[in-house]
Amino acid sequence: MLQCNRVQVVRIAVIDDSAARAAVIEEGLREAGLTDLHIFLDRHGLAAQLEACSPDVVLMNLENPSRDMLEETFALSRALARPIAMFVDQSDETAIADAVDAGISAYVVDGLRKERIKPVLDLAVRRFNAFNRLQTELTEARNQLAERKAVDQAKLILMKKRGITEPEAYKLLRSHAMQSNRRIADVAEAIVTAENLMGGAL
Amino acid sequence: MTLDPFRIGFMPLVDAALPILARELGLAEAEGIDMELMRDTSWATVRDRLTYGHSDAAHLVAPLAIATTLGLDRPPMPLSVPFILGLNGNAVTLAPSLAAAICKEGELLDSITSGKRLAELVKLRAIEGAKMRFGVVHRYSSHNYMLQYWLRGSGVDIGKDVEIVTISPPFAADALARGEIDGICVGEPWNSVAVERGVGVIVNVTSHIWLRGVEKVLALPQARAEAEPELVHRVIRALYAAGRAFIDSAQAQRNAAILARPEYLDGSADMIERAISDRITLAAGTEPLHIPDFMFQHREAANFPWASQAAWLYAQMVRAGHVEKSDQDYTAAQNVFRPDIYRAAFAGSNVPLPGASAKLEGSIEETIAVGTVQGRLLLGQDTFFDGQAFDPDKLDAYLAKSQE
Repeated sequence: MLQCNRVQVVRIAVIDDSAARAAVIEEGLREAGLTDLHIFLDRHGLAAQLEACSPDVVLMNLENPSRDMLEETFALSRALARPIAMFVDQSDETAIADAVDAGISAYVVDGLRKERIKPVLDLAVRRFNAFNRLQTELTEARNQLAERKAVDQAKLILMKKRGITEPEAYKLLRSHAMQSNRRIADVAEAIVTAENLMGGAL
Repeated sequence: MTLDPFRIGFMPLVDAALPILARELGLAEAEGIDMELMRDTSWATVRDRLTYGHSDAAHLVAPLAIATTLGLDRPPMPLSVPFILGLNGNAVTLAPSLAAAICKEGELLDSITSGKRLAELVKLRAIEGAKMRFGVVHRYSSHNYMLQYWLRGSGVDIGKDVEIVTISPPFAADALARGEIDGICVGEPWNSVAVERGVGVIVNVTSHIWLRGVEKVLALPQARAEAEPELVHRVIRALYAAGRAFIDSAQAQRNAAILARPEYLDGSADMIERAISDRITLAAGTEPLHIPDFMFQHREAANFPWASQAAWLYAQMVRAGHVEKSDQDYTAAQNVFRPDIYRAAFAGSNVPLPGASAKLEGSIEETIAVGTVQGRLLLGQDTFFDGQAFDPDKLDAYLAKSQE
């Protein structure tokens, strides 16, 4: 029997409302040699642009508010020449669950062979997870910075009010945190808030 | 007492009120539930979180629970609906220039008159070689089927003269302002947002298309509903108690303030309070109009999942060409609604429980008492605007008649 050998590369559309995340995904896919990539950031006119692009695979962030509109477009295009169905082959439930956990929804043209889809999806999951980690680290770094600032301010308040040295102020903060079973940063935060409420200069 | 965690996915709409109030008023906690609410901005995401276990249950448009069970556009995932989260509460908002050709600002005509006028406008547009474009919130939404029911019943040839597209509720006003659509059928507060911005005028409400139209439901995987009946019973008892709190007009302001919070609807408490108390501003600058039963809740066993409601929705899905009629699917669709679970949850309480699981939808002209297995139950008028009733045992005759 004759097999239709599609030699062309997989065309991938990435739809994301975060330009930063789209860039992270794009970079990963390109590095893996998937270069027929089309990135869409704006939801206006998306359906028409997507139809013109006619991708084999559509990757989209799970929380993208345009998903209902696009699923409607995909449902309608069943009657057209290039039907697009959601990529959820029963046998690949775990792969899809991983994708959903990573925050991805994926749609694939009917009939595209599984072995061509799997690497794309796996890669997307890795890049999404990497991006999520990056975001978490960034948030943590920001929080740490804010906490350090609060501790410094609290130390200054204590030094001024009680006429003590900086190491003494820090010791005081630490012992109070231990007694009340709280974090030093939380105690510092409380001191700064109280000082502000009392009309302190700091 | 340790609480059982239970996560519910929802969209920022006024009819997500019951889960939100159940959590915030301590009603879930009273049933031993630690209810966590997860907000999303598309129904597809709410559905995916439910099917892949990010949530335990979801606030869902009723037809989507049926479509997911039947496996439309995706592999089937059987869902169960043990509780209706509310009836109606949606409106049809048109671009101001179109609305002006239908009624005076601030006026609400009966659905037959306004439907006829809208049908004429559709015809005029078609003569110019263009189609009137309407937005709905999802392909498989009550909004879509209610809008189509009204247009078709008013003589509009939907397949030929109208285009229906999907717009996420928060983008409704934006799409009207940009002229991407001529009108939209959406839930509150999103009609009112369009009205306030002066980009839309409300010309009809879904309660005037079907007085007791089924709207959002609580859906969860069938396997889960059957594996943990006791937990599900407690969840729906908490939601029922929230319904009682919702209809307490003395608490409308408090309820609206809770819904308006950033983590829930993140909107105007005044606008939400108007929707809760059935007072709707139809056009910018006009006084709110009291529309009785605009959003129907709690009374008349409104939360009871009648199998005939699921049957009616399936019939509309067939009419819209979304499914090919099959007896097997028709049975599966009706089995999504689970009156048996509702009855089991409230057995031995003072909550009225209908004896039947299905009824003739749209056949009640005036309030009647109906048979119950517990308590006393009166059902009010539930008619459709075109006076057609729906008998779930006569689907073929109904479909044949609607094709005439």
